[in-house]
Amino acid sequence: MTERNPLTVKPLMDIDKIRKDFPVLHQSVHGKPLVYLDNAATTQKPNSVIEAISEYYRLYNSNIHRGVHQLSQKATDEYEAARQKVQRYLNANSTKEVIFLRGTSEAVNLVMNTYGRTNIKAGDEIIISEMEHHSNIVPWQMLAQQTGAVLRVIPMNDKGELLMEEFKNLLNEKTKFVSVVHASNTLGTENPVKEITGLAHEVGAKVMVDGAQAVQHFKVDVQDIGCDFYAFSGHKLYGPTGVGVLWGREELLIAMPPWQGGGDMILSVTFEKTIYNGLPNKFEAGTPNISGAIGLGHAIDYVTALGIDNIHEHERDLYRYMEQKFLEIQGVSLVGSAAKKGSVFSFTIDGVHPHDVGTILDMEGIAIRTGHMCTQPVMKHFGVPALSRASIGLYNNYEDIDCAAEAIKKAAEFFS
Amino acid sequence: MNEELKELYQQVIIDHNKNPRNFRKIELPSHHSEGFNPLCGDHVYIYLDVANGVIRDISFEGNGCAISKSSASIMTAELKGKTLEEAEVLFQKFHELVTGKLTDEEEIEKLGKLSIFQGVRDFPVRVKCASLPWHTLHAALHDQQTAVSTE
Ligand SMILES: Cc1ncc(COP(=O)(O)O)c(C=O)c1O
Repeated sequence: MTERNPLTVKPLMDIDKIRKDFPVLHQSVHGKPLVYLDNAATTQKPNSVIEAISEYYRLYNSNIHRGVHQLSQKATDEYEAARQKVQRYLNANSTKEVIFLRGTSEAVNLVMNTYGRTNIKAGDEIIISEMEHHSNIVPWQMLAQQTGAVLRVIPMNDKGELLMEEFKNLLNEKTKFVSVVHASNTLGTENPVKEITGLAHEVGAKVMVDGAQAVQHFKVDVQDIGCDFYAFSGHKLYGPTGVGVLWGREELLIAMPPWQGGGDMILSVTFEKTIYNGLPNKFEAGTPNISGAIGLGHAIDYVTALGIDNIHEHERDLYRYMEQKFLEIQGVSLVGSAAKKGSVFSFTIDGVHPHDVGTILDMEGIAIRTGHMCTQPVMKHFGVPALSRASIGLYNNYEDIDCAAEAIKKAAEFFS
Repeated sequence: MNEELKELYQQVIIDHNKNPRNFRKIELPSHHSEGFNPLCGDHVYIYLDVANGVIRDISFEGNGCAISKSSASIMTAELKGKTLEEAEVLFQKFHELVTGKLTDEEEIEKLGKLSIFQGVRDFPVRVKCASLPWHTLHAALHDQQTAVSTE
């Protein structure tokens, strides 16, 4: 089935064994074994993550950074250990640069509210791209409306690749901020964020990268990219929901005002004056998602133990197989065919609305995403109201793809 | 294809999806409205020509899944010639049907062609698809010209 010859090449990952780590995968949906291909929406969690969260609540639940007692000390240590794991995972300079938030959306909102509001003024320009997730559009639109700044958009071609020449033309001395997605959740496109950063820095603009669809698929090194801010969500990296990360350059974070005020983000408070805490606490007001951060730390351990490069290779092989299998089906068209793309297959079937595809696949036990994927400008570009999307995670196997292909064929035939 | 799916996608629904009736615009409608389901991108426009309390003509445009499109198609076919009071009753009954609240077999039978949407009640996430055209109709008749949304 695969090009890989099992006799001569050792498989990179033992998928059967890996699947045992994910309890959710072992169930029936509508009487059929579950095939989970909605990984771009959220990934399943390995036992080690579930156990770590449960252990926190069973054995040492307590608040962090405040108690002198044993449990609080333990909780603080684990929480801060998770921060260190993130730092290493992204190759950040320091744990001071790693801020725990609710997710990518909150990270964009923080940067918009703090860096944005202090540095972006009327007439300044903010650049995003045509393939952004709504969470990297709406906050910048809000800022533009409130400040009188102008929002500019890097267009893409019909393969779903950003037009870099157009981007260069957009850049000028008024450009203050560029925020782009590392890998598109709808098209799978992997964008040249290092090149984008280099060009943006030439005109003095700061750069934020939305890594929500990147960190779970390939190696990300924020120092190599050279960007100023990087964000991702824990739940798409095999960790829990409600926790995510903003990485930012220390000198920028120091200069930025806090966003939310409250406990933990202060050093001293009187009614006359508050002295803010240092990094990263300045941006973590209130009791954070402690179990979430600890769970995320364990998710990073899990991925690191498998090796992100191995995961990448497995997913790439599987994607190739998926593309080939799905495109053999009469009426199926792929949307998003960038030269450099990840494990997302968005498609249309002639004469069949995605919503109907989703229902038919669901009855076969197959979970895919249907709809606009929170990227309505992408829908507009391709002239479709919605798409169907199958997206791969590290535990998917060739049988998953075969099942999905069979069901898609059924859907196409049923409505033809 | 299993039984529940066959119940949902009856041949009549497939047929109306492929060949929708009254799929056009009415120039100078007496009432019209736009409906939108942000979850899946379904988008429907309903146009009416009402005189003396009677629906003389009704049509729709837009795009959506098989359920919403066939629902709009069958709705327009069923409502042409009906009075506004009759339309209001059918609006209520249809809603009860797709949400599984209408269980009396005789009552269901009285709905005629509309009764084929009974299968939708087993697919809670698809109820909005079937009812979007009806909500849009309701908005049009009650002079809400702004877009209605299922959310
Ligand atoms: C590319 C991209 N950016 C941002 C987000 C938002 O992530 P979250 O909802 O976890 O904040 C997503 C999630 O769907 C995404 O795919």
